[in-house]
Amino acid sequence: MNKPAIDIKNLSKTYTNGTKALENINLEVKSGDFFALLGANGAGKTTIINILTSLVTKTEGSVKVFGHNLDTELNAVKNSIGVVPQEFNFNIFEKVFNIVVRQGGYYGMDEKDAIAKTEEVLKKLELWDKKDVVSQSLSGGMKRRLMIARALIHSPKLLILDEPTAGVDAELRKGMWEYLIELNKSGTTILLTTHYLEEVEELCKNAAMIKKGQIILNDSVKNLLTKIDGEIYVVETNKSINKDVIKKLGINKVDDNLYEINVSKKKPLQSVISQITKDKLEIISIKPKGNRIENLFLSIIKK
Amino acid sequence: MNNKQIFNSFLTLSKKEINRILRIWTQTLLPPVITQSLYFIIFGSFIGSRIGNIGDVSYIAFIIPGLIMMSVINGAFGNVVSSFFTSKFMKDIQEIQVSPTPNWVITLGYISGGVFRGLLVGLIVFLVSFFFENPQVDNPLIIALFVFLTSVVFSLGGFINGIFAKKFDDAQIFPVFVLTPLTYLGGVFYSIEQLPEFWQGVSKLNPVLYMVNGFRYGFYSESDVNIWFSFGVLLGFTVFLAFLAQYLLNKGVGMRE
Repeated sequence: MNKPAIDIKNLSKTYTNGTKALENINLEVKSGDFFALLGANGAGKTTIINILTSLVTKTEGSVKVFGHNLDTELNAVKNSIGVVPQEFNFNIFEKVFNIVVRQGGYYGMDEKDAIAKTEEVLKKLELWDKKDVVSQSLSGGMKRRLMIARALIHSPKLLILDEPTAGVDAELRKGMWEYLIELNKSGTTILLTTHYLEEVEELCKNAAMIKKGQIILNDSVKNLLTKIDGEIYVVETNKSINKDVIKKLGINKVDDNLYEINVSKKKPLQSVISQITKDKLEIISIKPKGNRIENLFLSIIKK
Repeated sequence: MNNKQIFNSFLTLSKKEINRILRIWTQTLLPPVITQSLYFIIFGSFIGSRIGNIGDVSYIAFIIPGLIMMSVINGAFGNVVSSFFTSKFMKDIQEIQVSPTPNWVITLGYISGGVFRGLLVGLIVFLVSFFFENPQVDNPLIIALFVFLTSVVFSLGGFINGIFAKKFDDAQIFPVFVLTPLTYLGGVFYSIEQLPEFWQGVSKLNPVLYMVNGFRYGFYSESDVNIWFSFGVLLGFTVFLAFLAQYLLNKGVGMRE
């Protein structure tokens, strides 16, 4: 049986200024998983990542990556992980190509191998034509992709991405998703933190939610979605909905012929539609308002 | 990491440092050449001719080894503190931190950059000195030994300064308030035998004195202090600072929370 990609037990971190960033965290990410770590800003997500990548030392607990203990097999842990941090952390005066090749060198790769791999990852991430460009002149999205390319240079088994699509436009984000899905299918375990919760629903198999340094939810994305009872749909009609129906169903009129309707297990979509369309009214469009995971996230975070 | 991987890692870091020095040569190589040329002109040619000989050599010939050493010290120290702190500031130091590169290789990589710049600047200043005087070279081996170890010591000093520095000001405090006075009072421009006995004793507490004198001995076979004692001081500082740098990196001082 495959060892878990990440096995965290009773992990705590208290910073020197006394801030308790993590309290007794237990978390397991299976090998091959596409895992989301969710939480508000300052919840402790980046601290977990920084401990995994040995940029921050833990106060207590044990961390294993593919069975390698962080305390006793640090090099094996480091070789297993590629990390894309939240903040840009490359030399802004350096050329794209050099940044990626050098990262290979730091992992002990021969220059020839590092150059070949750099070409491969830069092409995959559509940055090859920017290889001789000084990194500070790249757009925000390109800088993110550069960090992904750099993280992949040593072919890690676990890729950790801390908000990788922040500042990336919708088209590029989709392209990046496709690449991450391809990577995951090829066997790379992916741990992702993001504020685009649509990303979680689209990409991830499992997710954990962290609040004030503690894991408050850890389940499959599928199960998380089933926990959601109630979703708001935005409905556009060809004429106004009957006032009695509006009152009965608690519909919120947004504009002329535009409504927000709350759908739940007690008030399923099928029954709502049949009641609205009783008066020979036609529905022009119907779409969910916001993202389901986002709604769940907000409801839990607010508690 | 096996030995080959460790070597690849060291080579990557060292090449990065050397490329940086050569890429920004107007900041790293040119300024010391201009400064030391001015010293040669003002102290050597203009004022030196009125001072006369120190020991058996002319004043300008006397200050040449000291001025070379001054460039080596400032070049080596300045290179490492600036490069290492900038990497911390821009956070690209994390590229190495997340990799399996051992801490001693990180130290060695940065030190290699400092040594390269120190020696290159020293060589250029030495060549420039021929426009003003033809310095004799009695013992090239002693010259090489002292200049190399001095550049290592001050590269390590710059590295340790970079570890502790939290802002750009911190990277400047030691060079301005400690290194410059030590260098100027380290027998670059005068022989301590010209000083009253008390100040001779005080001067002997300055480690730079031993480096400058040991280096000068290689040129003219003359020194204010015992050459082997000077070598011992230099070696002692090298070993002490190397262990200190390694200890600080292992503890994660200024690098890890």
